[in-house]
Amino acid sequence: MKFTEPAGTNPIDRMTVVGRAQDRIDGPRKTTGTAPYAYERHADAPDAAYGWIIGAAIAKGRIRSIDLDDARGAPGVLGIVTAGNAGPLAKGNFNTAKLLGGPEVDHYHQVIAIVVAKTFEQARAAAGLVRVDYDRASGSFDLDSALKTAPLVGGDSNEGNKAPAADRVGDFEKAFAAAPVTLDAAYTTPDHSHAMMEPFASTAMWKGDELHIWTSNQMIDWGRGDLAKTLGIAKDKIRFMSPYVGGGFGGKLFLRADAIMAALAARDVGRAVKVAMQRPLMANNSTHRPATRQRIRIGAAKDGTIQAIAHESGSGDLPGGGPETAVNQTQLLYAGPNRLTAMRLAVLNLPEGNSMRAPGEAPGMMALEIAMDEMAEKLGMDPVAFRVKNDTQVDPQKPDRRFSQRQLVRCLEEGAQRFGWSRRHAKPGQVRDGRWLVGMGMAAAFRNHINRRSGARVTLQSDGRVLVETDMTDIGTGSYTIIAQTAAEMMGVGLDRVEVRLGDSAYPVSAGSGGQFGAANATAGVYAACVKLREAVAQTLGFNSADIAFAGGQVSGGNRSVPLRDAAKSAPLTAEDKIEFGDLGKTFQLSTFGSHFVEVGVDAYTGVVRLRRMLAVCAAGRILNPKAARSQVIGAMTMGVGSALMEELAVDTRFGFFVNHDLAGYEVPVHADIPHQEVIFLEEADDKANPMKAKGVGELGLCGVGAAVANAVYNATGVRVRDYPLTLEKHLDRLPEIA
Amino acid sequence: MKAFTYERAKDPVAAARAATRPGAKFLAGGTNLLDLMKIEVETPTHLIDVQDLKLDRIEKTEDGGLRIGALVTNTALSADERVRRDYGVLSRAIAAGASGQLRNKATTAGNLLQRTRCPYFYDTNMACNKRKPGSGCSAIGGYSRQLAVVGTSGQCIATNPSDMNVAMRVLDAVVETVNPQGQTRAIPIADFHRLPGDTPHIETVLQPGELITSVTLPRPLGGTHIYEKVRDRASYAFALISVAAVVQKDGSGRVAVGGVAHKPWRVEAADAQLPAGAKAVTARLLADARPTEHNAFKVPLVERTIAAVISQARTA
Repeated sequence: MKFTEPAGTNPIDRMTVVGRAQDRIDGPRKTTGTAPYAYERHADAPDAAYGWIIGAAIAKGRIRSIDLDDARGAPGVLGIVTAGNAGPLAKGNFNTAKLLGGPEVDHYHQVIAIVVAKTFEQARAAAGLVRVDYDRASGSFDLDSALKTAPLVGGDSNEGNKAPAADRVGDFEKAFAAAPVTLDAAYTTPDHSHAMMEPFASTAMWKGDELHIWTSNQMIDWGRGDLAKTLGIAKDKIRFMSPYVGGGFGGKLFLRADAIMAALAARDVGRAVKVAMQRPLMANNSTHRPATRQRIRIGAAKDGTIQAIAHESGSGDLPGGGPETAVNQTQLLYAGPNRLTAMRLAVLNLPEGNSMRAPGEAPGMMALEIAMDEMAEKLGMDPVAFRVKNDTQVDPQKPDRRFSQRQLVRCLEEGAQRFGWSRRHAKPGQVRDGRWLVGMGMAAAFRNHINRRSGARVTLQSDGRVLVETDMTDIGTGSYTIIAQTAAEMMGVGLDRVEVRLGDSAYPVSAGSGGQFGAANATAGVYAACVKLREAVAQTLGFNSADIAFAGGQVSGGNRSVPLRDAAKSAPLTAEDKIEFGDLGKTFQLSTFGSHFVEVGVDAYTGVVRLRRMLAVCAAGRILNPKAARSQVIGAMTMGVGSALMEELAVDTRFGFFVNHDLAGYEVPVHADIPHQEVIFLEEADDKANPMKAKGVGELGLCGVGAAVANAVYNATGVRVRDYPLTLEKHLDRLPEIA
Repeated sequence: MKAFTYERAKDPVAAARAATRPGAKFLAGGTNLLDLMKIEVETPTHLIDVQDLKLDRIEKTEDGGLRIGALVTNTALSADERVRRDYGVLSRAIAAGASGQLRNKATTAGNLLQRTRCPYFYDTNMACNKRKPGSGCSAIGGYSRQLAVVGTSGQCIATNPSDMNVAMRVLDAVVETVNPQGQTRAIPIADFHRLPGDTPHIETVLQPGELITSVTLPRPLGGTHIYEKVRDRASYAFALISVAAVVQKDGSGRVAVGGVAHKPWRVEAADAQLPAGAKAVTARLLADARPTEHNAFKVPLVERTIAAVISQARTA
């Protein structure tokens, strides 16, 4: 099905199942431990041996020698794979660094070996006996110094977030110089780790020349393709399965070392091998959200009308990598005739930078939305009013291109009203509650919606049950449930009559999970397949398909009503299709909008920041399942609090690695950090997005949260901090004297 | 993790005797030791499990204090009615540490022997004089935000990560031990932990095989008991700094600080400055501080946190 015209009325509009707050259909399996994750395929690979990964001890250089003798002789050891005996390996299309290093080492904790043994403990103990001798080379590890000579580079995150190296509209410099009120400020964001709960994990098993792999991956087809390319085998010789994923946040978009090492190890030892990456390796072995150095300039008329806006960002990556596209949203979020964006990319020999939840917009909004707060103060305007004043219903670069839906102003105004924003003191440092300085802050939320082709297969079984198969993944987001809701709505059956099978390369290729594109595109693909199945049902039952209804397990048209299951009486009916997109996404700008409101307390003595309450208002098309969507948004808000207050991969610029590489050192929020959270979804159905009239929401919930927290901290203290995270030492020496 | 042998000791002297074997270590709750063994920071060849030694009681001492068995769990100690009533600072300090699950398993003696959380100590690719004497200290000149500001040496800038120890120090607890010969001794907490000096791998004054059997608290001090822990997240995080204090109605009292040194940090001359205020206390307490660029904030943070404590005591 090609989606070329705005969606008209369709069966989804009934909203009898879709749009309802539905419990997760996979919930019972997960809470009872019967949903097997990648490392738990006991039934499929009962004989699996255990792999233990060894990461490089240097950031850059060469392995001079690697002594495996003691390890090979250790109890239970079945084999050891290194670059020396792995055979030729290509690099995947989506990987910047090789997944198996040696003899050259490209980054700290790059995998250099896997030790396989009969038991987990034997593999781990033997790995401790491997002795590696390195020639350490010098590298580029300091972003600030590397950026001094870094070139302008454009980029695309592969998740629809792209920006050119430099982009100009009008004459920014002239307009900025002439503007009566201006801001020119620098902001920094640190490297972030996905820190997902389930580490990289795979179980690999060869059946002749066919590889079966259970892994934890967001994008089945990308992973399968890159695994085939890396191993130099045909893609159709690999069955790639990832039905359950314990969090990814972009860290599992691409093939990672666990999969390739499990496959190589299984081939080497001639039996199934399972591998879970050790937690201390996760931060440096995996990708991360790159640190940014941003500069924002805004010039406005006295009435608050933006006349000039510039956003420049610098980041670093390994040779061949790309920039963090932190300027992306600034092309679209606010009006203004004179505009400039630019990105610089430095070469760093730190681990690979890549996508993490809302790549580009997450760190970009952390800076832009502080700048907007600062500018509002300079103008003497309320921050909400300043944003409303500069709303645009068209792409500021191409004024004849409208947003398909843009309810930013409603998000801002409804949020302000619900949060009690009018009680905020415009002058900072005015509210005290015991030892706490109290402040409120807000920010806009913005994230693009992305169209991706997505396929599904739907089968009406002889018992009348509907089976949906697609390689879509559920990374904790609720894909199983919204796909079931879509099929139930389309086929007119109860949710309990639908079975959903996901995350298997044996099923049609879907959009996958990333870039907040999963829910809308994957369900649109199921919609397309269901349209075909409805036609097949109608034909089988002898209906004129134009005017029949599917409801209550019956198919009705004219004065006839037949049980749906009758269509599959003689044989199951199967239909397969995919959603594909025409030019609507080019004719219109598809984006999602929201607002974040935050209240914080800052300890007047210690400078510690603690959240008090949070509110998000989102306008993101039709919300398919308000319960799952709310979970996505509160999770994203929590991640935003982490980025605002504590998350930072600390770089050791001498040795070139992230030092705090475990969950004690890299702190993410715990329950005690997160107070009352409220989420409101504005009613919206975007007919230009897809037949579901839905858009993404899972990343929108993150974009802007950090700045809303930072702005609340400023409102509490009167001390502006422009460097994330806002740990206490960033403002302690500027807090009011204590008695 | 290296292979090791294991035994369960039947009585304290037997345990101490077994521990004279090279490479032997006591195992109590295991919340720290087992994690470190898995990443080969600790590589004992023999473990002596002390869980059967019946050192899990809290009882009154003759002079009106409390004797806490070495194996009393952090949860039991923190929740004990006498501790909550008479030694509130200890109860609060323990509850501010780790998580409920860990406190259920962690023991009093184990907490005293808790090892540093310096990230370079945890990464076996990095030089660390604690882990491998003589290999150097990669934390010096590295990422040191969490690390020590006072009592450091050119060989080590690690901190003692315990919350409990800070309260024990302010209370002047005494560590009681037995050695392989069956001799007992009582070590004031002030003398129990060592500064790093040139031997940062030697963290306490315990001799080979010497087993902690109990910790005694002197008779109750009265006053207001406060434990202030400052950290980036609200729970389940090690202290950036912490302050344990017992303040009397007249403003006199005592104060110990965590997160700043290789041992719980207390300077008796600084206690005497409490009535004069936080600035005076901190000036004495951290007079010899030599912070790094990353942790220089700890010095003013200690002062401001002590100010919070004094203010809290005044209104208590």
